Amino acid sequence: MTAMQNVSLGSRYAVHLPAPDDFAFWRERARGLVQCDVPPDRVSWIEPGGTGDLFAEGPSRGDKRLPVPPADAPPVRASQRFLTVARSAALHSDPARFGLLYRVLWRLQRNPRLMEDKADPEVRRLEELAKSVRRDAHKMHAFVRFREVAEEDGTPHFVAWFEPDHHIVRAEAAFFMRRFANMRWSILTPHGSVHWDGETMREGPPARREDAPCGDPVEALWRSYYASIFNPARLKVSAMLSEMPKKYWKNLPEAELIPQLIAGAQAREAAMVAAGARAERARPASLAEVAQGIAACRDCPIADCGTRAVAGEGPQQAALMIVGEQPGDQEDIAGRPFVGPAGQLLDDYLAHAGIDRTAAYVTNAVKHFKFAWKGKQRLHQSPTAKEIDTCRWWLDAERAIIRPRIVLALGASAARGLLGRTVSVTRERGRAIPLDDGGELWVTVHPSYLLRLEGEAREAQAALFAENLAAVRERLGEV
Amino acid sequence: MAQQPLRQRLEILADAAKYDASCASSGTAKKNSLGGKGVGSTEGMGICHAYAPDGRCISLLKILLTNHCIFDCHYCINRKSANTPRARFTPQEVVDLTLNFYRRNYIEGLFLSSGIVKSANHTMEQLVEVARILREEHDFRGYIHLKTIPEADAEIIHQAGLYADRVSINVELPTDSGLTRLAPDKNARQIEGAMGRTKARIIEAKDERKRFRHAPRFAPAGQSTQMIVGADGANDAAIIGKASRLYDSFGLRRVYYSAFSPIPDASAVLPLKRPPLLREHRLYQSDWLMRFYGFAPQEVADAAEPDGNLPLDIDPKLAWALKFRESFPVDVNRAPKEMLLRVPGLGTKAVARILASRRHRNLRLDDVARLTASVAKVRPFICTVDWRPTFLTDRADLRGLLVRKSEQLELF
Repeated sequence: MTAMQNVSLGSRYAVHLPAPDDFAFWRERARGLVQCDVPPDRVSWIEPGGTGDLFAEGPSRGDKRLPVPPADAPPVRASQRFLTVARSAALHSDPARFGLLYRVLWRLQRNPRLMEDKADPEVRRLEELAKSVRRDAHKMHAFVRFREVAEEDGTPHFVAWFEPDHHIVRAEAAFFMRRFANMRWSILTPHGSVHWDGETMREGPPARREDAPCGDPVEALWRSYYASIFNPARLKVSAMLSEMPKKYWKNLPEAELIPQLIAGAQAREAAMVAAGARAERARPASLAEVAQGIAACRDCPIADCGTRAVAGEGPQQAALMIVGEQPGDQEDIAGRPFVGPAGQLLDDYLAHAGIDRTAAYVTNAVKHFKFAWKGKQRLHQSPTAKEIDTCRWWLDAERAIIRPRIVLALGASAARGLLGRTVSVTRERGRAIPLDDGGELWVTVHPSYLLRLEGEAREAQAALFAENLAAVRERLGEV
Repeated sequence: MAQQPLRQRLEILADAAKYDASCASSGTAKKNSLGGKGVGSTEGMGICHAYAPDGRCISLLKILLTNHCIFDCHYCINRKSANTPRARFTPQEVVDLTLNFYRRNYIEGLFLSSGIVKSANHTMEQLVEVARILREEHDFRGYIHLKTIPEADAEIIHQAGLYADRVSINVELPTDSGLTRLAPDKNARQIEGAMGRTKARIIEAKDERKRFRHAPRFAPAGQSTQMIVGADGANDAAIIGKASRLYDSFGLRRVYYSAFSPIPDASAVLPLKRPPLLREHRLYQSDWLMRFYGFAPQEVADAAEPDGNLPLDIDPKLAWALKFRESFPVDVNRAPKEMLLRVPGLGTKAVARILASRRHRNLRLDDVARLTASVAKVRPFICTVDWRPTFLTDRADLRGLLVRKSEQLELF
């Protein structure tokens, strides 16, 4: 072997790298050494300030000049995969990385497909080094936080302080250049710094944390965003920690909020559940249980008005269920539904249409009277959608017990209580809407609406109301 | 009404946006700001710039333009009938926030959605306006994800696709009956119609770009959707079926699952108990099985318990393996890739490593241990030169041996 001619047997060589991330230099030297057939255990690779991995006990032993490869030495070959992996692995902070790279390169000359053997311990280790460098680079892309400072000439300058695990700063500067091409920025690290002025990249000496600006007014907005986008109902701290380990926290402006967000999360979730939910209870099995339940119910603020709950009335086998909005002043006093002026009007129209009120079950979408004092008078107030939805639980229970074939909703509140959505009465009235329990729903206006109208308008609406009731009567005969 | 300060509105509108699970910023066309006037780059891989304590990544500035809404969907914190503080941004304010955050490297871009104000068209125009200012006036080359409103005109949705990297329309609930009950203003046909049109536009634009280099891109990162899990009665098998149908019919990049979680001022119609977060995780795992592991939707459904739900204590792949033990053990030195992918504990990367290595050596159990994350999990289902799980695969208590013993503690 010709290469052996200028390698004295048993000689050891030390290669001093000019920079810890100088892959090109390593590649150049490694190529020459392979061509001279210098086995891996005879070379030691020394970083600036390092001692190398082989000859710690005798630093002078490796000071021999490197051999010069003969002109006819065969070219050194390596697979594309090796080059890709080696470029990353060379940036790792492990001092043994260049030795490992050389060993694998050496073995590649005999087994060109070595990199495919993922079960080989050295290949595996190399892949691991490369992976950890790639992860560090990815975290740098993610966790660098710029702070804006104004330069003397008034242009904004964005400066970041970052502490990478590996020698990646120079390699990753290109990412930030592509992303922030038209910005003036600097990234300072303990191993060196990079500066971009919009046209050229400059490298600088290692920096200290104090060299970076200590705040930025936009960070307050960012912290607000971070705290608000967090959903306290799904706390998963370990998932966060695996992707954003604590070592990065000190340079992330948002991370200082984490402890208090975690501490407050359970309380916030519990409050949401308590505010939104009733205690889980069984659905009442009889109308008597419904009556008992609504009297004790405090699920919405109406119940605290000091009024009594008004239960529905009528036979349990009723084919028709009539649902109003809520008890009024008189109903609250009497404790029965539809006994006030609107109730009397309803009775007239029902009789006229030929519907027997006593055969129907009459109830309300909301069980308590909601009002506001005006002088000594209790003035009716419409329930909110939320209050109707809350009370729907009781209405559903009544429907489940009675199983009416037809439900007549008087007014939009009653329709919401049955359908769970805001309903336009003018659009939906006068036709059957199928319900999910097999029954059907008919919607019309509330009789109190007629009481508020006068003249022609009242006559027109009264006719429509009568027509709707007649249609229900006819349908009752069919089903 | 006087406007609240910007910070307060940011809090309200970020809070209102957080129930949208999507945060991906990956898979779009590569671009950077060299030679441009503004900032921004997308290089294929998405970047998560921060993680919240809920374990979700923060990649995009995810906000609503406004949380005023004329719709009344029960599961939504922004529904018309909810008693929640309301706020709105002007398009310019969203643009400034996005750029200020982007320049400091907080985010990859913007994910903008909105409550419906005035009309679907008006709202959609406002969303598109934000994207237009960012792209045209500031030459912003970062990632933009626009939520599109199925009720809006096709022409405006088309505009959105021209500015955005990704567009999405939420199907919201896995069943049509759930949608009718909980989102009475929405219509399943309309949602799927809009998704179908978007798919057609994406294919068309890709085709045009093959022939004309400067043809405009249309949503290069594709479209996605989201389903809420646990708000209606659909079981996992139904959800998986729906997801696979969506992938097939609309060429979706992702279907996101969002476990229904308690919201402030919740509607009384919703279930009181939230589904376990683990259920969402198991659905994502089954999603992966279908997309990367060659499982058919029916096979995933086969792994479910008799009630149609996936087991919570073990992952769906292990559940499938335990049900179909006759397919195991798999010989790692000879089995085809499809079978290796079915082994619980072997991921796509480990399978690739095994396939590459076995050309060079006969794999022993030690070798497999180096190639996988946990040999203990894999061992009952494989054989190597020096290992056969003779009785292990047939043991009746195998499930007990593999299930992790720890149980999550209840809140105290």
